[in-house]
Amino acid sequence: MPLLTVNEAIGQAIAEEMRRDSRVLIFGEGTATKHPELVSEFGSARVRNTPLAEGIIAGTAAGAAATGLRPIVDLLFAPFLCFAMDELVNSAGKLRYMSGGQFAFPMVALAMTGGGWTVGAQHNHNLEAWFVHSPGLKVVMPSTPADFKGLMQAAIRDENPVLFFVDLALAFVPGEVPEGDVLVPLGQAAIRREGSDVTLVSYAKTVHTCLQAAETLAEEGISAEVLDLRTLKPLDTESILRSVRKTGRLVVVHEAAAPCGVGAEVAALVAAEAFADLKAPVVRITGPDAPAPSSYPLEQAFIPQPDAISAAARRLVALGLPVSAPGSAG
Amino acid sequence: MPPALPLSTSRLLLERMLLIRAYEEKIIAFHEAGPFPHVCTSVGQEAAAAGVVSALAPQDQILTNHRSAGHLLARGADPGRMLAEVMGRSTGYCKGKSGTLHISAKELGVILTSTIVGGELSLATGAALSREMLGGDGIVACFFGDGAACEGIFHESLNLASIWNLPVLYVCENNQWQAYVHRKETMVGDHIAPRAAGYGIEALTVDGNDVEAVFEAATAAVAQVRATRRPFLLEATTYRQRGHMEPHDQSYVDPAEIAEWRAKDPIDRQKARLLAQGGLEEADLARLEARIRRDIDEAADFAAASPFPDPAELATEVYA
Ligand SMILES: Cc1ncc(C[n+]2csc(CCOP(=O)(O)OP(=O)(O)O)c2C)c(N)n1
Ligand SMILES: [Mg+2]
Repeated sequence: MPLLTVNEAIGQAIAEEMRRDSRVLIFGEGTATKHPELVSEFGSARVRNTPLAEGIIAGTAAGAAATGLRPIVDLLFAPFLCFAMDELVNSAGKLRYMSGGQFAFPMVALAMTGGGWTVGAQHNHNLEAWFVHSPGLKVVMPSTPADFKGLMQAAIRDENPVLFFVDLALAFVPGEVPEGDVLVPLGQAAIRREGSDVTLVSYAKTVHTCLQAAETLAEEGISAEVLDLRTLKPLDTESILRSVRKTGRLVVVHEAAAPCGVGAEVAALVAAEAFADLKAPVVRITGPDAPAPSSYPLEQAFIPQPDAISAAARRLVALGLPVSAPGSAG
Repeated sequence: MPPALPLSTSRLLLERMLLIRAYEEKIIAFHEAGPFPHVCTSVGQEAAAAGVVSALAPQDQILTNHRSAGHLLARGADPGRMLAEVMGRSTGYCKGKSGTLHISAKELGVILTSTIVGGELSLATGAALSREMLGGDGIVACFFGDGAACEGIFHESLNLASIWNLPVLYVCENNQWQAYVHRKETMVGDHIAPRAAGYGIEALTVDGNDVEAVFEAATAAVAQVRATRRPFLLEATTYRQRGHMEPHDQSYVDPAEIAEWRAKDPIDRQKARLLAQGGLEEADLARLEARIRRDIDEAADFAAASPFPDPAELATEVYA
């Protein structure tokens, strides 16, 4: 299977979808400059550079989506989405409902975020939960090159506006990506590692941090299950509940700040639906309630690290009922 | 033609441009030596920064953007503390929390630096409102690019500053590029200045690679804003001689365009002018350049020897 970086996997998904459906087009600040291969295959009508103006980029996408096209817009760094909030939230997210179902908004808005590039808080802000909080929008934040491709294909084919977040630290990470359709349905989490003592729920780059923590925990005889949400809305509640019912312990990990974040949503779900199965309180390991710093050591301190995750898991195991004997899970 | 400016002013303008160039070249050298944080340099745009900032008074405030080094240095910022900020050190102007992209130095009147393109335009309106309501004759100079003039907030800012009579000197550095897109692809016409008329704001386009022309135009504009308490838009036509950021890439730029503008380099022009006028000897110039390079080397040593912030600083200063 070919090895592709996340950026290449996204590019491949977009090219395949543009080949498949002539209504798909892509535009953004520098999109045509950065994708000469798309311009030469699909022409400059379907691959456009735009002026530097996020509001009109997103608004044009929403208007075009409702009237027959299937736009993809690259809004670069997630904080720039603030200039596109009205168009994404008030228009794309609400006008279907408000029109009594007359319109649909099949569009994808791409944005990058996450620590690792020391670019500071106006380029790095994990604000994905804002969109989870907004009705009518779907939110995707994958962790592997194959999922970036599969979820991008699914997002382009979806009839709803999809916010597609790229964790910057993953952009150049290579991985196996099959050619052709590898659709990953929106709303399906993936178990990255099976385990029976504690569930680590995460998304984007911290999935890999959880896997590192799980490795350490395994050496100590603690069996951690790692669940990669992949899609934040719709949330795969069944997979979360199935895992927590099995392990009885839950650590939710994300780089975004804790208040009203995805971790809060997952914790509330588990408290409501799997309270009786819990052997210990739910713990969140998140970035702080602070803008992302630029300085490298501060930025590293901002990002959840494997040690914090394994320490939390260890604490839960020590607190709660005994660790299940091999084979006794479920 | 007799020199229009006193010789000391002409030399000061050259000196400020040389300082900016030396600073940016140090950043380029760091990049050539190994991994270093991304930086948007202003090589080729020194005349706009030196010319405008030199026309301001101490009580005036400056708002700038991601390409800020020239504005800061022309205002007298310490290159050591600037480089320390770029390197994420605790001795930087923002204690390492900003990095290169949002360096503010309130003590110098360089305030509210935003790297959200257009962000500085809206904030300048508020800073000018404070100037107006709190008294004094200070004005606000707001630097932005041709790309920023494509954001809706540009239009909103000019409109409000005009109807509220706010003392803002808008300074558009039209450097022909908006990251990876040429301005020809994104705007009608070649200039930003004509847009001001729609908001009842006076505007002027100046050769942004002629530091004396910029200085003279800015001096007049500053005086007008100070006296009338009305906004003014000054557009400096210039060129981003390097890629959008370091490490730099110009693979998407027409080499003929780069060559055309290199030939109009603002520093070479000012050097030639001064040498021709007899205002400067080759030997003086060599001494001046050597001194500036030494200052920048010392600044870099200071920055590199400075400590990183303590991780305990991570969530401090979030709330007042
Ligand atoms: C709102 C927003 N959109 C996009 C960007 C990314 N970006 C940073 S600088 C830049 C180009 C700015 O062009 P211009 O305003 O002409 O300034 P220049 O870089 O030429 O000095 C872009 C697109 C950003 N920082 N903020
Ligand atoms: Mg520009």
